[in-house]
Amino acid sequence: MLKDKDRIFPNIYGFEDVSLAGARKRGVWDGTKELMAKGREWMVNEVKESGLRGRGGAGFSTGMKWSFMPKEVGERPHFLVVNADEGEPGTCKDREILRNEPHMMVEGALLASFAMAANASYIYIRGEFYRETEVLQRAIDEAYEAGLIGKNACGSGWDFDFIIHRGMGAYICGEEGALIQSLEGKKGQPRMKPPFPANVGLYGCPTTVNNVESIAVTPDIMRRGASWFSGLGRPNNTGTKLFAVSGHVNAPCVVEEEMGIPLKELIEKHAGGVRGGWDNLMAVIPGGCSTPNITKPECDTVLMDFDSLKEVKTGLGTAAVIVMDKSTDIVRAIARLSSFYAHESCGQCTPCREGTGWMARMMRRMTKGDAAIEEIDLLEEVTRQVEGHTICALGDAAAWPIQGLIRNFRPEIERRINEYNGA
Amino acid sequence: MSAFEQPKSFAFTGENLTRAKQHMAKYPEGRQNSAVMPLLDLAQRQHDGWLPLAAMDHVAEVLGMEPIRVYEVANFYTMYNLKPVGRRHVQVCTNICCLLRGSDDVEAACRKELGIDFGETTDDGMFTLTEVECLGACVNAPMMQINDDYYEDLDAKSAAKILKELKNGGTPKPGPQNARKGCEPITYKGKGA
Repeated sequence: MLKDKDRIFPNIYGFEDVSLAGARKRGVWDGTKELMAKGREWMVNEVKESGLRGRGGAGFSTGMKWSFMPKEVGERPHFLVVNADEGEPGTCKDREILRNEPHMMVEGALLASFAMAANASYIYIRGEFYRETEVLQRAIDEAYEAGLIGKNACGSGWDFDFIIHRGMGAYICGEEGALIQSLEGKKGQPRMKPPFPANVGLYGCPTTVNNVESIAVTPDIMRRGASWFSGLGRPNNTGTKLFAVSGHVNAPCVVEEEMGIPLKELIEKHAGGVRGGWDNLMAVIPGGCSTPNITKPECDTVLMDFDSLKEVKTGLGTAAVIVMDKSTDIVRAIARLSSFYAHESCGQCTPCREGTGWMARMMRRMTKGDAAIEEIDLLEEVTRQVEGHTICALGDAAAWPIQGLIRNFRPEIERRINEYNGA
Repeated sequence: MSAFEQPKSFAFTGENLTRAKQHMAKYPEGRQNSAVMPLLDLAQRQHDGWLPLAAMDHVAEVLGMEPIRVYEVANFYTMYNLKPVGRRHVQVCTNICCLLRGSDDVEAACRKELGIDFGETTDDGMFTLTEVECLGACVNAPMMQINDDYYEDLDAKSAAKILKELKNGGTPKPGPQNARKGCEPITYKGKGA
């Protein structure tokens, strides 16, 4: 279990003072200027060496991403964009950072922006997080007043503005290209890559888009050192992580733990265990709804990190663990996700626009069993035709839960079809 | 859906025009189109929670944008209400985590208490009931959002109680409706618990 001294987010439950004074007591804004004095190269390297992988789902090295930005500012200014468009079903960790550790967000944005030579950073917060936005805005105001950001931030000589931009209810804006489009005042539709944002991003300028948690942990990495962070977890899967455990557990929660904690331990130690006991477990979606489900035998032993979950054909995603006990109507649960993707498809790519609708309609029929056995293969075929044929990963995300369902629960789908058809 | 009238004109109040200019100043010179989302939100808040065409046209004028570009944005994002909504917009999440923890019961309780279906508004214009996608409070499922506040850790009884209280002009306490503060495990014995 994670030791208290290694915790990055001591106030994630919000029992302590959220204001600047409270945050300072917890060590936020401690020696920020001195960290900046060590220089950009040192900062980027430290984050690279820590092994931090992006906390928004894709798990790409954060330090590496930072290093793709041009080293010097040319004619175009640089931007950091923080992705707080948290909307992946199961995922509710960034919300807790925004409302309970807002100063870690502001300090992280300053340090990351400085490391990438950006004088301004926008944070794109989903519109429904209205109260969370108010808390962060207060923290930003406090930071300006205290001279921590703004002109000559922390007395470093660097000017930095941190600006909130509220989303308005489009899941797809969590995709970085769509997010940038949205920030520019357009429909949130993903962009083709290349060019990558580090080259052509916001307003055509070099831009890095990072998840809230990725940015919020970087000040601690710089303060405590890369080797402290990389000493937690396993190689290539380092550090601590905010896990959200929801669904059929006795005590759903968000909890900070060491990367690579066994799934069973995470559920039993922190979330009060599976309703009705571990043996009542049917399946787990381990990383937000876009990751395929795994069944109990895999859940018995799998570790919660990028590589371990990949080995069992799923992913860590946002580390949003959705637990389903044996009472779950698994076909209906996955069908609900299919409706979600159909609703959220931005409509730009034909395979996704049409395919998500097809998949949702077929899944609705499968829930009742109103289908033919051959249609299971047809449905699988449709998922393959969407997967990998779209600009962004929403098409893949819509396909994978269904593939996971067919892989793991085909007999249940067949049973319903046979029952419905009176066989 | 009942028919509704589009107002002939719309203009920001003086106070909101000031706010609009503050939003516009957040973006670099020449990039004021970026403010279209906050300005539409501002207009919607000024106009009883929904966005008439006249308001979109006004926002287009303030920003110097083609009206069609503003319509596109207003149509794309689900938080813009393009027809009138009740003074209390009750949005029930039915996505997977809420579903697993009983959003069916919450949904049924809301229908019963308000006497309307998803997508409908009560005759007195007080409540609109809407089914929404994941609102990002999954460890506090099931939940609903009413205007700017989240009501979490619901069941049929607590959901009905909240709506009753609102009907009677009260202000129900937002957040978890059980014994916890936020996203901590209900068994949490840590600091402040």
